[in-house]
Amino acid sequence: MKLPQFAYEAPATVAEAVDLLADYQDEANVLAGGQSLVPLLALRLARPAVLIDINGLDELAGVSVTDDRVVIGAMTREYMAEESATVSAAVPLLAAALPLIGHEAIRSRGTIGGSLAHADPAAELPAVARALEAEFVVRSRSGERVIPAADWFEGYLSTSRRPDEILVEVWFPVAGPDSGAAFQEVSRRHGDFAMVGLAVSLTLADGAISDARLAFSGIADVPVRAAEAEALLVGEEPSAELFAAAARRATAAIEPPADLHGSSEYRQKVAAVLVRRGLRAAADNVYERQ
Amino acid sequence: MTVNGVRRGGSVEPRRTLADFLRDDLELTGTHVGCEHGVCGSCTVIVDGRTVRSCLMLAVQAAGREVTTIEGVASGGGLGPLQQALQDSHGFQCGFCTPGFVMQATAFLRTHPDAREPEVREALSGNICRCTGYQGIIDGVLLAVQRSQH
Repeated sequence: MKLPQFAYEAPATVAEAVDLLADYQDEANVLAGGQSLVPLLALRLARPAVLIDINGLDELAGVSVTDDRVVIGAMTREYMAEESATVSAAVPLLAAALPLIGHEAIRSRGTIGGSLAHADPAAELPAVARALEAEFVVRSRSGERVIPAADWFEGYLSTSRRPDEILVEVWFPVAGPDSGAAFQEVSRRHGDFAMVGLAVSLTLADGAISDARLAFSGIADVPVRAAEAEALLVGEEPSAELFAAAARRATAAIEPPADLHGSSEYRQKVAAVLVRRGLRAAADNVYERQ
Repeated sequence: MTVNGVRRGGSVEPRRTLADFLRDDLELTGTHVGCEHGVCGSCTVIVDGRTVRSCLMLAVQAAGREVTTIEGVASGGGLGPLQQALQDSHGFQCGFCTPGFVMQATAFLRTHPDAREPEVREALSGNICRCTGYQGIIDGVLLAVQRSQH
């Protein structure tokens, strides 16, 4: 279908964008890469009076690194992050997830900030952000605030960003030398939304797991951490038995949604397989990165 | 914007997609519009060297950009090497999805001139063909790779 009518604003600076958001509030939608919002417009699921196109805000695109965090501008295209040596060295979980997002033509336009602000629970980046406890920097006329990932995802396609705020950057912690990561998913076709996805990050110390992060995509209306399984893993040495126990613990209480591609019970079983595979792959990745 | 090497312009409503602008305003109807919400890949074009879905990009966002459509793939009215290889492999039946596949494969082969089958399958996974079962298309791209190396 053709897009509905809207007033179009293309601010040249973040300050201008913030002023527009202050004026229009929830009458406006922010257009980043457009790979989710434009379909919503075409399907008439979004009917904003005003579209604020931030593709001209070059100041929001780019990857930089400090001692302990990688700062990714909200308008950094997914392919740019995928090609970033900084991302692949310092945020291996993000690097593992990026090639799984949509298809090449989607990643040409799609942005890191756009995906995380859209907050589709079946998408890869929200699970990555939850697993790594990323932080979200939003700006409005009254200044900036930093929102932890645990508070960012509020519900289906819903975040704690207020209508007058714009997401400007996302902070990811730099992975230590003894950590490894993997992103696992099962989808019917490469690039489709996964039936279930799993972000895994493991850190080892003296042969035992000192930190474990597991975050599912596609099993609820927000990305979901498997806190009990994480607790079970910490302090133990990696083994197939341990990973199988973690898979049972992580999936015992989940109730994934059903659709024509798979029942809830099927997805629960897939989730358990992903936990075992993901933990093994992340443990292997620790040694690969050393 | 520059389309297939020629400066083109126009005045359009902001809601006009790049796909519709190419087809209806510039009369470049080789770019096909299938699902109109970014799923089928038929409307794939190349913007500044990278493939995009022209139904998910506004025409106004292409201002100042360099756009290549299926009409710009070969010069002189003939077929380019990739197109010839696809034809020789019986890569298409009805032809609706063809421009999207050709654009995606064109961009892919620029960066992967010695691509093998699994990479080709992944690169084309975002394009839907309802006739062929894909094998002829994959064969055609691989034939183009093979010919380019001789």
